[in-house]
Amino acid sequence: MGIDRRGFLKVSGLTVLGIASGKASETFASSDSHGHTSDGTTKRYAMVIDLQLCKEQEGCTDCVNACHHVHNVPEFDNRKDEVKWIWKDSFHHAFHEQEHHYLDKDIVNHPVLLLCNHCDNPPCVQVCPTKATFKRESDGIVMMDWHRCIGCRYCVVACPYGSRSFNWRDPRPHIEEVVDDFPTRTRGVVEKCTFCEERIFEGRPPACVEACKHGAMAFGDLEDPESRVRELLRDRFSIRRKPALGTEPEVYYLV
Amino acid sequence: MIENALTGSKRYWTWVGFLLVVIFIGFLFYLRQFHEGLGITGLSRDITWGFYIAQLTFLVGVAASAVMVVLPYYLHNYKAFGKITILGEFLAIGSVVMCVLFVVVDLGQPFRAFNLFLYPTPNSMLFWDTIVLSGYLILNALISVVTLSAERKGIAPPNWIRPVIIFSIPWAVSIHTVTAFLYAGLGARPFWMTAVLAPRFLASAFAAGPALLILLCLLLRKITKFNAGDEPIRKLSVIVTYAMIVNVFLVLMEFFTAFYSSIPEHTAHFKYMYFGLDGKANLVPWMWTSVVLSIAALALLIVPKWRRNFKLLTVACFAVFIGLWIDKGLGLIVTGFVPTVLGEVVEYAPTFPEIMITIAIYAVGALIVTVFYKVALTVRGEIIYDRIKPGAKPQSVETIGS
Repeated sequence: MGIDRRGFLKVSGLTVLGIASGKASETFASSDSHGHTSDGTTKRYAMVIDLQLCKEQEGCTDCVNACHHVHNVPEFDNRKDEVKWIWKDSFHHAFHEQEHHYLDKDIVNHPVLLLCNHCDNPPCVQVCPTKATFKRESDGIVMMDWHRCIGCRYCVVACPYGSRSFNWRDPRPHIEEVVDDFPTRTRGVVEKCTFCEERIFEGRPPACVEACKHGAMAFGDLEDPESRVRELLRDRFSIRRKPALGTEPEVYYLV
Repeated sequence: MIENALTGSKRYWTWVGFLLVVIFIGFLFYLRQFHEGLGITGLSRDITWGFYIAQLTFLVGVAASAVMVVLPYYLHNYKAFGKITILGEFLAIGSVVMCVLFVVVDLGQPFRAFNLFLYPTPNSMLFWDTIVLSGYLILNALISVVTLSAERKGIAPPNWIRPVIIFSIPWAVSIHTVTAFLYAGLGARPFWMTAVLAPRFLASAFAAGPALLILLCLLLRKITKFNAGDEPIRKLSVIVTYAMIVNVFLVLMEFFTAFYSSIPEHTAHFKYMYFGLDGKANLVPWMWTSVVLSIAALALLIVPKWRRNFKLLTVACFAVFIGLWIDKGLGLIVTGFVPTVLGEVVEYAPTFPEIMITIAIYAVGALIVTVFYKVALTVRGEIIYDRIKPGAKPQSVETIGS
């Protein structure tokens, strides 16, 4: 025999080691690039949503309309092909693991705004096989390159928040009014909220925050102790979606 | 060598022609999907992977199972498998090609598939799955071509191929392990978040793959002069028996942890699978069929008298294969999405185009296996002849030794 059993075990052991070390080096690499560094140059953008203020505006969809309009998000009349960046869903769906029978009905019976959480440890970025989705170290925004996405939808599978949409069909015929200064997407790619990075770049707040006339949404830099988001999180009790998963979502809900 | 595939009986050509027609029809449906997008499938924002990815998962197992003939033959020098090792390797090649095709038809932007290699991303399990699958395809193609050409020339295979063959053994285990890692590391999907997923994948693979190989050997014995012999088939049936027992054991472990802990996000998926949730129960009849088939198969396999009866063994192998196909090719992937990450119960069923594309890919696999088996058996002088026409002449075997 050219290779005996002992040799075979060595070969198989080395194979397993090789795969495991690739994974381990990634894990360690991501733990020291955590986003919350305080060297003064990096930002950590976050959103704070006031459930009390939001629930007072029954049926208001100003933020959703504004976002979907400026980003050329298509409107499909069936649930299957749906594309959405920000939407209202029931408290039950948003926080189904934090529910109990005696919660304030006033809170439970009102919808909650859902969008991409721009996690510190985004599972979507971890699983993407082409780096088409990535986290910007300078400000924590989880971004997408729609030209690189191969449409495998692994990120959709990995996202614990249902925040990602795939273009099952050509979105363009389903855009009510195409806005010229934002790209439309093609079929076969994934898309999601980008915290309006194109507006932040110009010093403007995200479209949803700007559209909310009731002040129910705040956006800002967590690294700045004087920011509005830090102030709100200091003064009020807030919750996040599925905190136990360790994704560190950066959308906070004031209750 | 490959020219042996171009001569054959009427039955051979009818079968090849039939497969080509099926492939062509499926290809037309794929063109439609390519044009309109994956919207023509039953997949949705909530259930984003379905039939295609489930077939990938199942067939990776069939591919990996070649190791169940390669390992005893090359590592333990179990001579009885000498005749069928090449059949296992060719089955693996056909299966891996199907796996690759199922990934490609599932991509939203198939022309960008090479981005996988242009921007290699080691933290993605899909990247590793691509590596191990393509590596396994290359290994098996190399091994079968080298060993078969040596056999054709009547000489011993070159020495350097042996380490390659030994290397292919852990590699076979890796393809199904990495495929399990696609699912098992996702915090978003508690149904797949289980350490026994990879072992379970391997156990079910080592049952379903050899079961298919037994069926193919028995079929070849019927329609060709090739006879694998009783001993290797009996040995394979023992492998199927043990693997099936381990598989059922691991599934029961899943049930215990889910229902004894009664953590809702773990039990909900099992409830959906076997009893339905919120009145939605698409999978229930399928899953119970799988349960019945698995129990029947275990009974037929465990009782030695029944296992040795080739008629009953055929029934048992069908039961194992179909039972596990339902479990992996229908249940396992879809149930990971029901309930959804938002706790909603949404259902999925493949559409007609989706099913036609799937059947066409299976036809590609069948064509590859047919053609390669034809080549291998002709090289070995086990001439395929037509039993339908009485007195049909065996085909020429002039290629042997030429």
